[in-house]
Amino acid sequence: MSKNEMTITKDDIIEWLKATAAVLEENAQYLTELDSPIGDADHGINMDRGFKKIMSKLPGVEDKDIGTILKAAGMALVTSVGGAGGPLYGTLYMDAGRAVAGKMELSADELVTLLDAGLKGVVRIGKANLGDKTMVDALTPAVEALRKALADGKDLVEALHSMTDAAHKGMKDTIPMLAKKGRASYLGERSIGHQDPGATSSYLILKTLMEVIESRHASQ
Amino acid sequence: MKKLINKPEDVVKEELEGIALAYPDLVKVHFNPNFIYRADAPVKGKVAIISGGGSGHEPMHGGYVGPGMLDAACPGEVFTSPTPDQMLEAAKTVNSGEGVLFIVKNYTGDVMNFEMAADLAREEGIRVLNILIDDDVAVKDSLYTAGRRGVGTTVLAEKIVGAAAERGYDLKRLADLCRKVNINGRSMGMALTSCTVPMKGEPTFELGPDEMEIGIGIHGEPGRERMKIKTADEITELLALSIIEDPPYRRTVREWDEDKGEWVEVELEDPPFKPGDRVLAFVNSMGGTPDIELPIVYRKLHEICEKKGLKIVRNLIGRYITSLEMQGCSITLLRMDDEMIDLWDAPVKTAGLRWGM
Repeated sequence: MSKNEMTITKDDIIEWLKATAAVLEENAQYLTELDSPIGDADHGINMDRGFKKIMSKLPGVEDKDIGTILKAAGMALVTSVGGAGGPLYGTLYMDAGRAVAGKMELSADELVTLLDAGLKGVVRIGKANLGDKTMVDALTPAVEALRKALADGKDLVEALHSMTDAAHKGMKDTIPMLAKKGRASYLGERSIGHQDPGATSSYLILKTLMEVIESRHASQ
Repeated sequence: MKKLINKPEDVVKEELEGIALAYPDLVKVHFNPNFIYRADAPVKGKVAIISGGGSGHEPMHGGYVGPGMLDAACPGEVFTSPTPDQMLEAAKTVNSGEGVLFIVKNYTGDVMNFEMAADLAREEGIRVLNILIDDDVAVKDSLYTAGRRGVGTTVLAEKIVGAAAERGYDLKRLADLCRKVNINGRSMGMALTSCTVPMKGEPTFELGPDEMEIGIGIHGEPGRERMKIKTADEITELLALSIIEDPPYRRTVREWDEDKGEWVEVELEDPPFKPGDRVLAFVNSMGGTPDIELPIVYRKLHEICEKKGLKIVRNLIGRYITSLEMQGCSITLLRMDDEMIDLWDAPVKTAGLRWGM
């Protein structure tokens, strides 16, 4: 399939949410461990709880459009995650959903629109800048890399690999950063040397998206 | 992990079930979404006061629901802020039509969830104002951090503002009073041990047998500085002087402007303590420190306040805002005026604080 023909279907989005739930369950302990030295040791537990709530809400919206599904996922996160992660990830999915309201499938460019809207929502309510040691440090370069890879003519799967690589680098780049937002900011210098848990969960979510699209692509 | 629990994931639910059975004359408990509310709510003609936050700080906040204090409390998971649907349902349940004041501790998650809740409640026609408590002097800087955390002053604000609501203050006046309590209160805490979140099963941080952590928050998060353990007098002096000598603290907070109908940035400044100030001295156990040690801290605090010319006009000593089983303490000094003293003395009847009725 050529680069312009591959789309993201509603089923891909559902599969992405389901696979993310599995990945976050697997990584719950890991994320919570990352959150212990610089946070309050609950990020993995909270994200796992949130995506289990999404799983319980999915059957009610599975036959709806992508926007509705993502908005429902966001609402499930807002009402179950708590902490800062609830409003931040909830807003990410809700704003992403609003950006693609009514659509049953997305072009690659519309996927960029979706992710970009989610990122903008996170920045709006979290007010974090690049370099503050937050999820924004993984999301921003990832969305940028996806946009650029598509503009450079890469196909969707390749572009999603570029996105995932950028998210991974962004996540790793948080290690030497001094936290300026959230609970880690109270540690000052002591936040240096730790990988940000929020950037890590953001990376895992984007990596899962790449894997879902890649595996469908491979099976076609 | 050794805890008196059944399953880690059932801790908050079973705690709430126990509270509902233990204090039926004072409170009712709503499940899914979870909140504790006054048995006689909504109280006609009275503004409702709602607070909330992560669980694990008991008796705060659920233990402060009742006449003279809170109308509802929204508990999150342990050390995790509650979600907007909890505050929304609580607001709908306790609002008498006079509006609702949210008292919010300044933690990123709490602030975001309470702001979302306030927006949702306003969409349903309920008047809501949010006031932040940010009194932890261990956080020096507001520019490069999320700002000072809300700690001990929260308990005092809930008592004083709750009493004022009982007397019929309107929403705007209660918000002003709550802001006044906040800018006049300063706190600092320390830990001798870490604490274990039930769902995690391991201590949040490790402290050596001869170490202590100064400037901790209330979520088992590490503090500013780790040092060799000192005597109670030395620790008390360290905390008390950090509070008393704290310079003016300036920051920008978000509040809802009812006239403009939007969130606005508000500049606040805490005036430093000065000789002649009347204060409430609050010595609090982080949960694991026994009552026998708190008067030892108070004794030294009293001496330091006298030396600095601060007159202790009221005190509170005990376990009021905790961090699970953590050993350690926090000190809060609240500058009082006649209005605040009078409201502090007003009757209160809750599971966690009770006098005069």
